[in-house]
Amino acid sequence: MTTVTNRPTNRIGLTSQDYQGGTTTLCAGCGHNSVTSQIIAACYDLSLDPRQVVKMSGIGCSSKTPAYFLGRSFGFNTLHGRMPSVTTGVALANRTLLPIGISGDGDTGSIGFGQFKHMMRRNVSMVYIVENNGVYGLTKGQHSATADVGQNLKYAGINELPPIDICAEALAADCGFVARSFAGDAKQVRELLKAALCYEGTAVIDIISPCVTFNNQDASTKSYTYGKEHEERIQDITFIPSYSEVQVDYEPGTEQMVRLHDGPMIKLRKLARDYDPTDRWQAMKLMEESRVANEFVTGLLYINEARATLPQMMNLSDTPLAYIDESQLRPSHDAFANVMSEF
Amino acid sequence: MTIIDTAVQSSTYDPHTPIVNDFTIVAATENGSGSQTANNALIRAIFKMGIPVSGKNLFPSNIQGLPTWYAIRVSKHGYTARREHSEILIAFNPRTSDEDLAKLPSGGVCIHPADLKFTTPRSDVVSYAVPVKEFIKELNPPQSLRDYIINMAYVGVLTELLGIDRGQIEDALMHHFNGKRKAVDMNLGMVDLAINYVRANLPKQDPFRVAAMNETGGQILIDGNTAAGIGALVGGVSVVAWYPITPSTSLVDAITDYAPKLRPAEDGKVNYAIIQAEDELAAAGIIVGAGWAGSRAMTATSGPGISLMNEFGGLAYFAEVPIVIWDIMRMGPSTGLPTRVSQGDILSAYYLGHGDSRHVCLLPGSMQECFDFAGLAFDLAEQLQTPVLVLSDLDLGMNNWMTKPFDYPSQPLNRGKVLHTESFETFLAEHNNQWGRYRDIDGDGVPYRTIPGNQHPRAAWLGRGTGHNEAAVYSERNDDWKRNMDRLSRKHDTARNLVPAPIVDSKPGASVGIIAYGSTHDAVREARDYLQAQGIESSYLRLRALPFNDDISQFVAQHDEIYVVELNQDSQMLQLLCSHVPALAGKLRAVNLCDGLPLTAEFVTNRILEHRGVVRN
Repeated sequence: MTTVTNRPTNRIGLTSQDYQGGTTTLCAGCGHNSVTSQIIAACYDLSLDPRQVVKMSGIGCSSKTPAYFLGRSFGFNTLHGRMPSVTTGVALANRTLLPIGISGDGDTGSIGFGQFKHMMRRNVSMVYIVENNGVYGLTKGQHSATADVGQNLKYAGINELPPIDICAEALAADCGFVARSFAGDAKQVRELLKAALCYEGTAVIDIISPCVTFNNQDASTKSYTYGKEHEERIQDITFIPSYSEVQVDYEPGTEQMVRLHDGPMIKLRKLARDYDPTDRWQAMKLMEESRVANEFVTGLLYINEARATLPQMMNLSDTPLAYIDESQLRPSHDAFANVMSEF
Repeated sequence: MTIIDTAVQSSTYDPHTPIVNDFTIVAATENGSGSQTANNALIRAIFKMGIPVSGKNLFPSNIQGLPTWYAIRVSKHGYTARREHSEILIAFNPRTSDEDLAKLPSGGVCIHPADLKFTTPRSDVVSYAVPVKEFIKELNPPQSLRDYIINMAYVGVLTELLGIDRGQIEDALMHHFNGKRKAVDMNLGMVDLAINYVRANLPKQDPFRVAAMNETGGQILIDGNTAAGIGALVGGVSVVAWYPITPSTSLVDAITDYAPKLRPAEDGKVNYAIIQAEDELAAAGIIVGAGWAGSRAMTATSGPGISLMNEFGGLAYFAEVPIVIWDIMRMGPSTGLPTRVSQGDILSAYYLGHGDSRHVCLLPGSMQECFDFAGLAFDLAEQLQTPVLVLSDLDLGMNNWMTKPFDYPSQPLNRGKVLHTESFETFLAEHNNQWGRYRDIDGDGVPYRTIPGNQHPRAAWLGRGTGHNEAAVYSERNDDWKRNMDRLSRKHDTARNLVPAPIVDSKPGASVGIIAYGSTHDAVREARDYLQAQGIESSYLRLRALPFNDDISQFVAQHDEIYVVELNQDSQMLQLLCSHVPALAGKLRAVNLCDGLPLTAEFVTNRILEHRGVVRN
């Protein structure tokens, strides 16, 4: 890989430039562009090999963004709502890949809701990011299924239907990594992304990512103003990579350490609440309490790495199925002859 | 016990002239009563006696209780198509017995439980009453097995009446129960009771017999879904995603059953993934992802599943992802007749998708082709980087057919134009350092492909269903779009001569040509003999794939009348042929039927004669 000498490089000798993609075609100020920047930053910080990453998406504004980061990674911009199934296939064919899936609230909360749930149920190893703005952008301003009651849009009017909560759904599906963040909170997004990228299993991050064109009025719960004024972090999150040699200090009682399977740690400093993200029931309770109180809570809501991932459950060979050679893809002559003799 | 038989008053058949190895038995039973064991034992025993035999299961969409019919055709001529009539009725279902009896030809045979009363008994039918209830009392099997064991009574009756080798029945049961002696003995006990009863009480009054032949040696009995499942494993399948739907489920069952035997893993792990998806849409998505990532991925479904895979069909065609979709066709539209055969998905499969998309479709017409095409489909999908649909049907897929055993493939897998890390480097060196995922380097419309895991920094690309240029970069330019679609058309033309060519049997001087495909082959084969007996010589072209090649145009040009035989209402293949040879479309005539039943030679013969102005009584 090329290295530009006058730029800082990461552990595998790549510059942040090497994690860039094409130029965005989204609106200036779109929250999704902030998320794209943090994906680039997180991958650079983690020294991820772009050749290991596959970028997956469905259809919509958010789903366009894989073209705007990690230009050296393979990717597949699939069908509306169907990124989970396609990614499941990718994960089966090549278990060594690290899929980063980008979806939106329409893609995940409506047309792809079934696939989203079943992907989590199967625990496909991937980072699943929902860039959630409560509105359909490319089709010009319809309410999405995550729109809060009372959301008022120029053409669509007032939403009367209760919102689907992506995180609550993830918790119900026994997803082992559930987080919520705000595109305006760059550091939190980045740290959550790093933790998610090191997590083994489906990691869902619901990021409120304002649509500056159709749903950024101050009263909207999906606007920058609302997010900045109302975001309540449940903890300060710091990702500590496993290659970090420094002694990790933390204060028991006010800080909690979560170790991921291959070494990295997440340091969570408690804020106003005494919250334990390894307790699924507490997470569900928080979702309900914050819904009733109209609170915008962000952070790592739930983490549990106990469940086997899909390739583990299926006992798939360590060699990716896509790279198994013909001698293994075909039966032996003896095995074939034995089967034919049974008839 | 009393014999309630009545003398036959009139008959089509001379009871003194034996009819040997040329008749059909229909077993009318209740669905879920285990009659498949009985029917399979009969078929296998007759088959092992060297006599050509075939079975057609006409079953309802039901788990238990609705009527089911199983027709066993014994044919010394080697004909295996369904027949319009059966000579021998096993009337074991009181709910259909009157209707079943009415269908028997005069002089036919009715074997029924002694306590079954017909509303309108027939004096022109040979009737054998069998006291199955007494048999059950005597045998006293466990309560849970009674309904199953009852069916073995007709196996015993037929064994004695027709002269089936009792040892072959025992062997067939051993095969069926995988050598489990206890199960075999229980069933055989009923067979023997029935044999002994017939010997003692039911003198033979009908002319039907079997006699050992030497026509099935070296062959096996298998169903098309099993053949396809084994073929897929031999063909290197590594990801199977599916959703249960009749009549395709048994194809995936076969893969699941045979995978551990055919593809045992060395490290205790498995080198294939079989995943039941949440619906057919997800099944398609999973194989598109797996195919895109470089594995041999397939699904098996039927019409309603094909509908759900429509959008993915378009994506895979346009993003050029190799996948294999088996469509075991059944009756539609909608849920239709889910357990009845049809060839009704020709158009929807060929044009699967939206906008302009045409797909490679394989049309297996035999067990050999179900096996061969399973592997070939992967080769073609990867060579052409496109979905390949294999259009089988319920008759091929779920009924037992005779075939030669399959051979291990002689050719290696053809993985197509895939560039891995090193070959990509070589490719760049040979192509002026130029690379584009969708560039047509070779002029055949088929570009070069890289897959995730390729370590070359320039190998990656972003797949998409949206407009793209040759470098796989998003583009809404009209010239990029046009160039890409023209290339896809070129690729489709390349496919014409890569897919299996039709099998043509041209008779010199014949004015009649028949075009057929899939499971109708055996009815056509037989019908040609009947036509020939009436002085009508016919040529025959059996289609084995879409798109068409020039063989088809030539065949149509060489004959005055072309009869297109198919199992659907709208003559779907005929429609495609009309657009392939528009100038000759006037020659094409439909011999189509859509009634849910496997085609018969009688239908094909009569329809062709009607077209030719011969009125049959």
